[in-house]
Amino acid sequence: MANLIGARIERKEDKKFLTGKGRYTADINLLNQTYAYFVRSPHARAKIKNIDLSKAIKAPGVIDVFTGDSVVKNKIGGLICGWKIVSQDGNDMKCPPHPVLAKNSVNFVGDHVAVVIAETLEQAKIGADLVNVSYKIQKAVVHTATAMNFENIHDGIDNNLSFDFALGDKGKTLEAFVKADKIIKIDLVNNRLIPNAMEPRAAIGDYNSSSDLLTLYTASQNPHLDRLIMSAFNAVHPEHKFRIVAPDVGGGFGSKINVYAEDVVVAFASKQIGRPVKWVAERSESFMSDNHGRDHVTHAELAVLNDGKITGLKVDTIANLGAYSLVLAAVTPTYLYAPLLLGVYDIPTAFCTVKGVYTNTAPTDAYRGAGRPEATYVIERIVAKAAKEIGMDQAEFRKKNFITKFPHQQCLVHNIDSGDYNAHLDKAIELSDYKNFENRRSQSSKKGKLRGIGFSTYFEACGVAPSAVVMSIGAGVGLWESAEVRFNPTGNISVFTGTHSHGQGHDTTFAQIVGDKLGVPIENIDVVHGDTDKGTFGMGTYGSRSLVVGGTAIVKACDKIIKKGKKVAAKMLEGKPEDIDFKDGEFILKNSNKKKTIGEIAFACYLPGTFGDVKSPLPEGVEPGLIETSFFDPSNFSFPAGSHICEVEVDEETGETKVVKYTVVDDFGTIINPLVVEGQVYGGIAQGVGQALYENAHYDEAGQLITASYMDYTMPRADNFPQIKLDYTCTPATSNPLGAKGCGEAGTIAAPAAVMNAVIDAVGVDVSMPATSEKVWKALNKKSSKKAAA
Amino acid sequence: MAKINIKINGKEVSKEIPDNTLLSDFLRESLALTGTHIGCDTSQCGACTVHLNGNSIKSCTILALDCDNSDIRTVEGLEKNNILHPVQTAFKKHHGLQCGFCTPGMVMSTIDLLNKNKNPSEEEIRNWLEGNICRCTGYQGIVEAVKDAASKM
Repeated sequence: MANLIGARIERKEDKKFLTGKGRYTADINLLNQTYAYFVRSPHARAKIKNIDLSKAIKAPGVIDVFTGDSVVKNKIGGLICGWKIVSQDGNDMKCPPHPVLAKNSVNFVGDHVAVVIAETLEQAKIGADLVNVSYKIQKAVVHTATAMNFENIHDGIDNNLSFDFALGDKGKTLEAFVKADKIIKIDLVNNRLIPNAMEPRAAIGDYNSSSDLLTLYTASQNPHLDRLIMSAFNAVHPEHKFRIVAPDVGGGFGSKINVYAEDVVVAFASKQIGRPVKWVAERSESFMSDNHGRDHVTHAELAVLNDGKITGLKVDTIANLGAYSLVLAAVTPTYLYAPLLLGVYDIPTAFCTVKGVYTNTAPTDAYRGAGRPEATYVIERIVAKAAKEIGMDQAEFRKKNFITKFPHQQCLVHNIDSGDYNAHLDKAIELSDYKNFENRRSQSSKKGKLRGIGFSTYFEACGVAPSAVVMSIGAGVGLWESAEVRFNPTGNISVFTGTHSHGQGHDTTFAQIVGDKLGVPIENIDVVHGDTDKGTFGMGTYGSRSLVVGGTAIVKACDKIIKKGKKVAAKMLEGKPEDIDFKDGEFILKNSNKKKTIGEIAFACYLPGTFGDVKSPLPEGVEPGLIETSFFDPSNFSFPAGSHICEVEVDEETGETKVVKYTVVDDFGTIINPLVVEGQVYGGIAQGVGQALYENAHYDEAGQLITASYMDYTMPRADNFPQIKLDYTCTPATSNPLGAKGCGEAGTIAAPAAVMNAVIDAVGVDVSMPATSEKVWKALNKKSSKKAAA
Repeated sequence: MAKINIKINGKEVSKEIPDNTLLSDFLRESLALTGTHIGCDTSQCGACTVHLNGNSIKSCTILALDCDNSDIRTVEGLEKNNILHPVQTAFKKHHGLQCGFCTPGMVMSTIDLLNKNKNPSEEEIRNWLEGNICRCTGYQGIVEAVKDAASKM
């Protein structure tokens, strides 16, 4: 059974999905179920003058209608910001109230105003049409860059500024700029994205008044955390009488971390009416009300010497929080962003400010990569520009500045334990046939296509995260993870994890870890997650943490199983525990042919009486059973890194831009299952290419979301990609026993910069994301008219 | 209300349904065939793809009653005697799915492609699947799976 770690194994969970037997929240129907439909604000910013429910409540099939007044009356708390940032001046960030149903005002299109509960979905929709809300419409604040210049959206939050965060040594950095030979400047917009998990969010509240048990089925990445928040802050129901089930979940990408208004409202409504209440988002509701991602406006400067050495970095960013501050809204553009701006380079000093602003748009939060794609985009764009301005080769300029000795304490926050950045760049250069790029450029030119090449050498901090560190900088919870490894008496194993799999393949990869550690075939191992009634409390899945933190908790629980197993084996084999070796599922007494399988030991643990020729297999003081729990809190983040090289072709006539060649070499440390890791990388790159070329959440001047359907929001599709070439290097992480670094977000983090560097290399002028045909065509025209004028 | 007579995965079904019932809702709510997923309600994502008389269609934008007396196949009708369809096997082998939500539609679309074009080129595969969105895989495993399945069907 050894060597399961690293094996390319097909996923255990695939069959149910391939046969249509996955069970997502929308697939669940409960006896006596009712349906919820939300009345949402059609305005970006307005005061609610009056809500008239008289017609709605009388509509056929309508059971009840709830508004902001109902939730206030029942003392249901608002939604929270879970990680609070302190501004440069020492003041806490400012968070406006965020009621689950609006009380006096609405602040974005899609904001929740009321909910109609009816016997059928159709009746709930008709009822919602009859809810008459009078609004006093106000001027919406929409744009990130100018949000601070408009009147306050929220009372008491001046200039719409939530926080003014700074990191780094300002004096030392300004000095580096004074001494620089060259200062490279860049202005960047990181476009707003909508995560678009393919399963729209859904929730079913199910209250049983006889047992006082509340069950909430919801599409969540972190059911335990949801329960904690909904108990402690929303006061929906006490934690011990509250079960949250996140069954099969159809993708998350960060958009299913938050407790949403709909979760709280269906749970509350079910308690009120005493029947199950089901809500399933329509896609347009997902577009409007799922958390959005990115949305930065940035000015950055790089201090460089003539020989190409980087001596300092200055970055000023405005980050759009949207209408309210969600759970990770503030940490994403600050601690998950600013420290990462240094990239893979040995930069002696840096200073970064981030202003978090409120606007009348959907709230933003973590979206795959969360802060790290934004940081990588800044450093990799400015490094590419610097190499060009200095006249150095893109690879050589990067190599000259790479961190080469590990561990490396960066000048901002992170202490990077391991890496070899030259190794993955060299491999990517080889694999991408970089040396023949100019030939390919000429060939493209003959077809009327402009060809460009772009590099992105990234690192990221993931495996979130050491609790002591994150709590010292504002996190409301520690980010450890738990596991329980439960041997059943018949020798098979149930593994409970506090993480959640919504596509990542934990059922398979975690079984590989346990199988490898304990010498049990993976067919005999079942991984259980997604239900607060099963297994230990856990923090969930985001920030590429599941393997690094959750996987390590599993390893530690397995170690405890082996330790106990040795004691029991020693008694059964008539030796001492220290003389028992464990290998490939067998406990062996040293210097003898006496051994017991782990299955026999497990069985013995559950039958601590007469067993074969041993009177009792359990030594004195050893409890029956073979179940071990472990909580793992990492000592450091993990630091995956890698090199992406992208080539694009741009049609000079139409501006149409296509990725024609893409190469990636990643260092994820130890890999558990290459098949699963490849999928994570390909999928991540697709989302990164989506941001660079296609995707954009667009609000008009009135704050209307123009891109609220797949007709208007361009999702990357199968015909947008070439085959991606992929390879790995490996420097194991030192902060966890697996040596794993995490792989879930890497593609999304590195790809936008690689693609945009290639686009800019092709067209020769700056273009902002997404580089749509229209934008590229305009940029080309502007360039040629400038040339003509000259 | 009206009566519908329809063959679903080889079985004759007769039901009384409201006139405005969409095929996707009929499958999911009346027949509990929840393998057909609704990802967008507007026929742009392809998660609800099923076969109508052998051709792939998006079931979220057709009335069930318009399918009266027709033959519908859903993802639940592919596995025979516990043996997966070659397209299902290929998706598993090449990691052509992650969260599984788009998968039923993707598989149904692929089978229609391979019924019509036994040996599609990579470009033909990518163009055909343009109507099915997958957010997880970046399509690479899916395209590999389709190529592999084509060689085995």
